[in-house]
Amino acid sequence: MWTAILTIALIALLAGLALSYASRSLPSRSDSLVEQVNELLPQTQCAQCGYPGCRPYAAAIVKGGAPINLCPPGGQDTVRRLACLLGQDVLSLATTAAPGRALAVIDEARCIGCTHCRSACPVDAIVGAHQLMHTIIEVECTGCALCIAPCPVDCISMRSLA
Amino acid sequence: MSAPTYDLGKLHGGLRLEDHKSESTAHAIQRAPVPKHLVLPIAQHVGDAAQPIVGIGERVLKGQLIAEPDGTLGAPVHASSSGKVVAIEPWPVVRRYGAKAPCIVIECDGEDRAIERADTPPPYDTLPPDVLLTMILQGGIVGLGGAVFPTAQKLMQAVTCELTFLILNGVECEPYISCDDVLMREHAHRVLGGAQILMHALSLDIGYVVVESDKPEAIRRLADVLGELGDDRLVLKQVPTIYPSGGEDQLVQLVTNLEVPSGGLPTDVGCLVQNVGTAAAIHDWIIEHEPLVSRITTVTGDGIAQPMNVDVRLGTTVADIVNFAGGYTERAQQLIIGGPMTGKSVTTDEVPIVKATNCILVLSEPPVIGDERPCIRCGECAEVCPIQLLPQQLFWYACADAEGKLRRHGLTDCIECGCCDLVCPSHIPLTADFRKAKGRIRELADEKARAERARRRFEARNQRLDEERQQRDRDLAQQKETAKRAGPAAIAEILRRKQQKSDED
Repeated sequence: MWTAILTIALIALLAGLALSYASRSLPSRSDSLVEQVNELLPQTQCAQCGYPGCRPYAAAIVKGGAPINLCPPGGQDTVRRLACLLGQDVLSLATTAAPGRALAVIDEARCIGCTHCRSACPVDAIVGAHQLMHTIIEVECTGCALCIAPCPVDCISMRSLA
Repeated sequence: MSAPTYDLGKLHGGLRLEDHKSESTAHAIQRAPVPKHLVLPIAQHVGDAAQPIVGIGERVLKGQLIAEPDGTLGAPVHASSSGKVVAIEPWPVVRRYGAKAPCIVIECDGEDRAIERADTPPPYDTLPPDVLLTMILQGGIVGLGGAVFPTAQKLMQAVTCELTFLILNGVECEPYISCDDVLMREHAHRVLGGAQILMHALSLDIGYVVVESDKPEAIRRLADVLGELGDDRLVLKQVPTIYPSGGEDQLVQLVTNLEVPSGGLPTDVGCLVQNVGTAAAIHDWIIEHEPLVSRITTVTGDGIAQPMNVDVRLGTTVADIVNFAGGYTERAQQLIIGGPMTGKSVTTDEVPIVKATNCILVLSEPPVIGDERPCIRCGECAEVCPIQLLPQQLFWYACADAEGKLRRHGLTDCIECGCCDLVCPSHIPLTADFRKAKGRIRELADEKARAERARRRFEARNQRLDEERQQRDRDLAQQKETAKRAGPAAIAEILRRKQQKSDED
């Protein structure tokens, strides 16, 4: 009888050690879920969801229970995919979807080189130096429109690519 | 010279179509005059558009380089006659997406003066293969069968593989088109000369010249010239007339009985396929030093007064060529660039002839297509599909937008030959649906790549900002520390100076 008890105890001990090791060193499920949610988001980093970027929003959905219908650039398609991934109901988009892909354009004649838009851009798609004309790197621009508000002379506009 | 042979391999499916080729092959190739204007798109090939290297107002000569390849995949563009560059602007062109593309517009002076080459290169068979490939790159040569893949890059990829056969594609299986047929009839020595250059460049010992059985005249001429050349590396092969046996992978299957793997290239099974027109263009460039500035185009259909094959300068507009062929008949209704199966319908004849333009087809009335009805799952489409796909299954997935399933069922291998459309008793426009579905798959992939790029940049920026902030904090802490340490001494010094001053007073 003692052999049996010892064997079971030994197995339990080993399994416990293995599990505690695994939970410490392997990435936790919620981390990988955040990655998966982040993958589905459009990465415009526009902050229209109320979080400072796509990854923070993904983290909020997974850990903080934020609703999945806050992403206008992703549109209803993204809501559907998120619902599918997370096993939630498909909600309708909280705001109206952005009308397709857009691109920020600086009116270079009016730019005064204040660098405010440059520091607002989440993907470093604006180049320019202090008191010199700025311009947008078209291929990098995600169309998040975060550069519009800081501009003191209103020389940035959004151009639709659709 | 070996006798023409039928082959071992068998093509799955395919169709026998009415060929409509005799209309345009009744006459010899006509040379079109120099037009008033030439419109040369800077992207006439697969890959990146070429960069213009001439300015507006500059005079150019025939054969002069006017746009250089930019990026890893591309081909240069040469002026096809002498004249003055008057504009570099968007112009309607034949494209799958969008209607206009940047073009270099040349006003011709009518003299057609050619540029003089500074040097005469040594004969090609004394040159090492890599030098020969670089020369081919400079000639602006692209696949003239319709895919317009830059030939030099195709060859450069091919030399890295283990090759056994060169296959010269003279099949031209699509109805109405006969430009390769007349090229082989009238310029067989150029075609075979090009084949010899290719075999030398790739150090190959077996070259098949493959022609469909409905071109006896071309086969006879090729056989004659082969006899004169006495080159026993080249073998003439005749294949049965079945559409679409002229597709690259289908031809490899027919000639060698080897199947090109899904998503692979003919080079994976040791074959390099080149169109006969491309071979002739390589011959012209390497032997006669004339870059690709003209091509043979078939102008045909019952909407054309005198159907014919025209040797035309690239950049000539379709309107000019139609005028040269006697103009439109009263019945002309539909203009198609390319053949009736894979061509593209266009609404303006202002589009220029480019390297890809093998046919201008003007039809009296669009082919009668009945109303689309639901699929009855008869399976006819799967019978004719040369790739052995299941079009009806793909159709359901395309309707449901099921991207993963479309991929798994091999949509990306579809060559859009149009056979399934033709046999469908319910008149479902399958090829059009597949084309759309492919477009969506591509869009999704693009979107994903863009998102991934934005994510990486966002994370890199956040990391940079973090590092800057930490650096700032460290600097600040250090300053405070220095001030603290220097503090008592500095105060003592100030007090000492004050004392000194009051002492002096």
